[in-house]
Amino acid sequence: MKKFFLTLAATIISVLLVQAHTTANNDSTKQKSTVIIPDPGNAGLILPKGFGALKVTDAYGKPRHIAVTPEGYIYVKLARLFNGKGIYLLKDTNGDGRVDAATGLGDYIGTGIALKNGYLYASSDENVYRYKLNTQHEVITPNQPEEIVHGLLNRREHESKSITLDNDGNIYVNVGAYSNSCQVQDRVAGSPGMKPCPILDSAGGIWQFKADQPHQTYGSGVHYAKGLRNVVGLDWNTQTNSLFVMQHGRDQLHDNWPNLYTVQQSAELPAECMYEIHKGDNAGWPYIYYDQIQHKKILAPEYGGDGKKTAGEDAINPIIAFPGHLAPDGLLFYTGNMFPEKYKYGAFIAFHGSWNRAPLPQEGYYVVFVPFKNGKPTGEWEVFANGFAGKPPIISTRNAYRPCGLAQGPDGSLYVTDDNKGAIYRIIYTGK
Amino acid sequence: MLKKISFFISSFFLLWLIVAAIPPFQNTGIKVSIQRGEKVYNKVCLPCHMADGGGVPNMNPPLIQTSYILGDKTKLISIVLHGMTDRVAINGDYYSNNMAPHNDLTDQQIADVLTFARNSFGNKASAVMPVEVKSVRSKKQ
Repeated sequence: MKKFFLTLAATIISVLLVQAHTTANNDSTKQKSTVIIPDPGNAGLILPKGFGALKVTDAYGKPRHIAVTPEGYIYVKLARLFNGKGIYLLKDTNGDGRVDAATGLGDYIGTGIALKNGYLYASSDENVYRYKLNTQHEVITPNQPEEIVHGLLNRREHESKSITLDNDGNIYVNVGAYSNSCQVQDRVAGSPGMKPCPILDSAGGIWQFKADQPHQTYGSGVHYAKGLRNVVGLDWNTQTNSLFVMQHGRDQLHDNWPNLYTVQQSAELPAECMYEIHKGDNAGWPYIYYDQIQHKKILAPEYGGDGKKTAGEDAINPIIAFPGHLAPDGLLFYTGNMFPEKYKYGAFIAFHGSWNRAPLPQEGYYVVFVPFKNGKPTGEWEVFANGFAGKPPIISTRNAYRPCGLAQGPDGSLYVTDDNKGAIYRIIYTGK
Repeated sequence: MLKKISFFISSFFLLWLIVAAIPPFQNTGIKVSIQRGEKVYNKVCLPCHMADGGGVPNMNPPLIQTSYILGDKTKLISIVLHGMTDRVAINGDYYSNNMAPHNDLTDQQIADVLTFARNSFGNKASAVMPVEVKSVRSKKQ
């Protein structure tokens, strides 16, 4: 009998605690108080102690970036149309954390998706659209997107347009360079770099537009930052009130310049860089790249470099320099309360995983965490979620789950998309 | 008369010898070509098309059972010689990276590497001959 009362008391306390936790951490009262249970084996992910993961779905094509509403509804932008639609609103109606209802909208493919001030923003590979939301953050007129930006360059290579918004009514759009290193002949061994690089006037940078003005294009926007080869992951940091971006560094140092770089050097170089971007910044592409081993900006071989000559005195330095070719596709500054204190305001980066390290094993295919305080890293980067590509060594990319988009749920959960097999993961802190 | 007959017989025998020798020569020919082609593949193609010929999703196309790798040899040779920057669907998917021209490779090397690719990664298709590469190379783009 005593045991029964003890158990009863413990149960009541647990329920109260869970409710208190839910209330404290949610802006929305609509959030269900059901405790979400991770998948057995955390859906194949390897996580730090105390974290669990569940695959919320893998049934909606190839999701790129992701946004989560205060109700916990998921919006994903797809790389391929799924049943004729390029955006999906995914819901969990029974509170078990798994998707059980879906609505498609938009007949265009793309990468960018974001929620801001009662609107859903989404990008194709040329345009940016927005949709007005109702009080439940559902799109009111799915067939009538408002075109915000049009006519951005899409020349196949680095075609995706990523987006993020600040708190002053602006939207930031990446336009990737349609080239590896601005050579006369793209990716051809020994082909010299064009000087000045003609790509830089309309690509290889970040453009700023008004979030509420229709029909903007290059002329009406602000050429916010130059010399960024290709950015897929970007986020507005609310602590510093500034833009942070992850650049995909150039490929093929050895393939195109075998006399200057060994296969090993080419696998490690150049760095994948995180930059803090202010208006007017230049990150130096294609003239330089950042060497994370020498900690220097190095003149690109297409422009007379030899792997040692430095250059780019006017180019900004990276905040963090990661090893080469890991392909950062998602960036998120964590502001939630679910994860332990060390994670607050830190950066999560989804690394899509490399292909350009062959014949050496491929790298990446994980989500990394970097602790931050006031917009500056306070420690080394660490792998936070791994196992997306199975057990190493990784030789083939096509069979891997490839992390791409990141979003924070209203309870502080971290969502991760995979745009190869179509999984969407939710990582939660359980303390167990 | 005897001389004429013996000449006839010996020519016939010689012809038989040649005919008999062709199939094994072809077999070893394709085998050797595949072996040489693998070396070319590992150096030139593998960085993008990967060790398993699977390519990289959305970036570099696969070489496994596609109409490009198994189909028209002229078109395939032309892609290796002149590179590829067109947006085309390959088995329903699109690939964004540009392929560089590889006209620095010899006719023999291109024949070998294509013969290798057409007979690897689960593919089975006829060999590509250096003379076929030569013919495509001599045509104006």
